[in-house]
Amino acid sequence: MDQKIGVKYIFKLNEMEPENNSRRGFLLTGLAVAGLVAGCTQKKDPFEAGAEEQAMASGKTVKLLSVDGEVIEVDEAFLKPVPHMPPVSNTEARVGIPGKKFVMVIDLSRCKNLKICQAACDHAHELSPGQNWIKVRPMQDAEHTAPYWQPTLCMHCDEPPCVKVCPVDATFKRQDGIVLIDHDRCIGCRFCMAACPYSTRVFNWGEPEISTEIASEPYTPESPFPQKKGTVGKCDFCADMTRRGELPHCVTACPNNVYLFGDMNEDSVSNGSETFRFSDLIRDRGGYRLMEDLGTKPSVYYLPPVNRNFPFESGLENDKLQNS
Amino acid sequence: MENSISIADDEKIIQDLLPGKFNTTGKVWVGILTAISLVGVYAYYRQLRYGLIVTNMRDYVSWGIYISNFVFFVAISLVGSLITAVFRLAGVKWGTPLTRIAEMIAVAAIIFASIIIIVDMGSPERFYNLFIHPRIQSPIMWDVIVITTYFFISILLLYYPLLPDIKILLRFKEKSGPALYKFYSFLGSFWKGSHKQYLLSKKAINVLCITIIPVAFTIHTVTSWLFATTYRPGWDSTNFGAYFIAGAFLVGAGGVVVAMYIFRKCNSLEKYITLDHFDKMGRVLVLLALLYLYFNVNEFLTPFFKMKESEAGYLKDLLSGSFAPMFWFAVLTGIILPIIVLLFKKGRRPLPMFIVGIMVVVGAWFKRYLIVTPTLLHPFLPMHDVPKAYHYYFPSWEEWAISMGSLAGAMLIITLLSRIFPIIPIQETLTEHHHETAAQNI
Repeated sequence: MDQKIGVKYIFKLNEMEPENNSRRGFLLTGLAVAGLVAGCTQKKDPFEAGAEEQAMASGKTVKLLSVDGEVIEVDEAFLKPVPHMPPVSNTEARVGIPGKKFVMVIDLSRCKNLKICQAACDHAHELSPGQNWIKVRPMQDAEHTAPYWQPTLCMHCDEPPCVKVCPVDATFKRQDGIVLIDHDRCIGCRFCMAACPYSTRVFNWGEPEISTEIASEPYTPESPFPQKKGTVGKCDFCADMTRRGELPHCVTACPNNVYLFGDMNEDSVSNGSETFRFSDLIRDRGGYRLMEDLGTKPSVYYLPPVNRNFPFESGLENDKLQNS
Repeated sequence: MENSISIADDEKIIQDLLPGKFNTTGKVWVGILTAISLVGVYAYYRQLRYGLIVTNMRDYVSWGIYISNFVFFVAISLVGSLITAVFRLAGVKWGTPLTRIAEMIAVAAIIFASIIIIVDMGSPERFYNLFIHPRIQSPIMWDVIVITTYFFISILLLYYPLLPDIKILLRFKEKSGPALYKFYSFLGSFWKGSHKQYLLSKKAINVLCITIIPVAFTIHTVTSWLFATTYRPGWDSTNFGAYFIAGAFLVGAGGVVVAMYIFRKCNSLEKYITLDHFDKMGRVLVLLALLYLYFNVNEFLTPFFKMKESEAGYLKDLLSGSFAPMFWFAVLTGIILPIIVLLFKKGRRPLPMFIVGIMVVVGAWFKRYLIVTPTLLHPFLPMHDVPKAYHYYFPSWEEWAISMGSLAGAMLIITLLSRIFPIIPIQETLTEHHHETAAQNI
């Protein structure tokens, strides 16, 4: 979320040590820094090299971390927003993060159907009303077994049926196991939706409702906004977050720690407050995947709803609210 | 003496079979079809502008009557290969007057099959992606390839047997008028009717007839695989290819029967499309209906017997639930009643045949609807956490308008083709007539 709304500021020190010149050059050229200001050395006018602008000090200051790792204080008037960083290229987004194999564990015993995960996901990805990438379903395995809440999202299968059927390579599986979709290539045939046994894909039937701020965002399959009319959308394991080494929005949003996310190669999954060894967790708690018989090899594992934290009824009122 | 009678006969046949101007009924018919098509075009404009939101398809029923219509068109186009190629290769002589009708239906249907699939796309402006980023493992690519192939073979199979007829048409400049005369000259003035050309054309037609049969089987099998390659209950069937082909032959033959009756009535072709033709087409139709019935039993009995969890909801809904009225209507009018009627000799007379043909075609259209929609409404995981409207599907007016517009457009193409070209191959009729008289004289 913050990567969209928050404006990034990059500063340079105009009075640099000689050995810092290379770094300054890197910042200026490589990152296409548009604004430059700053300085917290003892010099009288630290902003004279700030070229174009002759801003007047406003008196309000902000604390920032300099490139040297020092905390510096800068006047607000000298801050200038830097255009959004160019996102990873389409090719990079298609390759994925080397050496990773992302995996999610959903602990059914903790789910209360609060749908905070859903709200966080909808908000973070600017989903139109009615569209949900996460769906929380009331499930019952047999007539006399106990019902439970089952959050479902894209399973990021290792043998994804959606990728098999896509005629134009718009949906693809990356080496880190994340299945993404390229909105710029999707022709809207909806074959992937027909092929997905988990019914996780959604379609932009009309013009997506997005703010102008979001509409001007540079597009990459990793951060799929702005969404486009006539294309398929789906849960992306928050590929932009994972690239930065952060947890997906649903994981951090859930107050009950239902979701655990991690890297199978590291054999660890975390919800932010607790971290588990993935293989132990799956073995000890009887982890399973949905519709194993279809051979799709999902990357989402479930822990059975035993020793529950909440009774099933506790989430019902939330569901009535949604469907009314 | 004998010769002169023959020439007089020939002239009579040619005069009978030359395409004529539309009468009032014809003009009204063309007008109605054009109007329906234009409403469809307007609805499509709306869809392009606002997106597929104008349809009532939603995330669960993400394929609706457009895809049903597509399958229907692909099915009915199969008739071109049935009548033209199968009959020709099998040496069935009585099929000659029906070949061109069948080919016209095939061409019109395959054109609109391709159009309707583009209409269904959410981003039709990216259609070219199919050619610059094709992935051959997707059944959609297979469909693109075979539909294109089938389209060109069908066009050629309509065109080659036309060449001798165009030569005849060119003789009647006054009747056709200058514009059509130019068109005929453009299409076929190189055809001199020499022995060499005749042999070449015969060979070409033979090659086309042989190639079109596997291509036709492939196009419909691939269309069935669009469904059968998914995991969905109701589509996950090994029977689908054969089931689709059997159904396609049936609806195609039904379409030909309807067209036969209408052309015979409107163009007074009673001498050429005889009671005997109806009787024989009736026999073909009943055979195909029995075959389709067999595949239907295969398709539904085995899952019904087991009632696997994933299939049960879908099957119950289809056989006794909300889709049951349509299902039983489609089975009764599309398969069972036609079989009963056509088994009797009186049922194979033109009027009952015409009604049966319409029943078969209408039943088949609904059958295609039943192949697409009920499955999508019965996913593996229950529908939950979605807006209420996602649980049901009834096409919006735009969807109806576009679908009806495409059906009207296909009929319009058939009508216009019948206005431009002879509905019954003249040259072949003459040749057969000569053979007959020669046989009688001996």
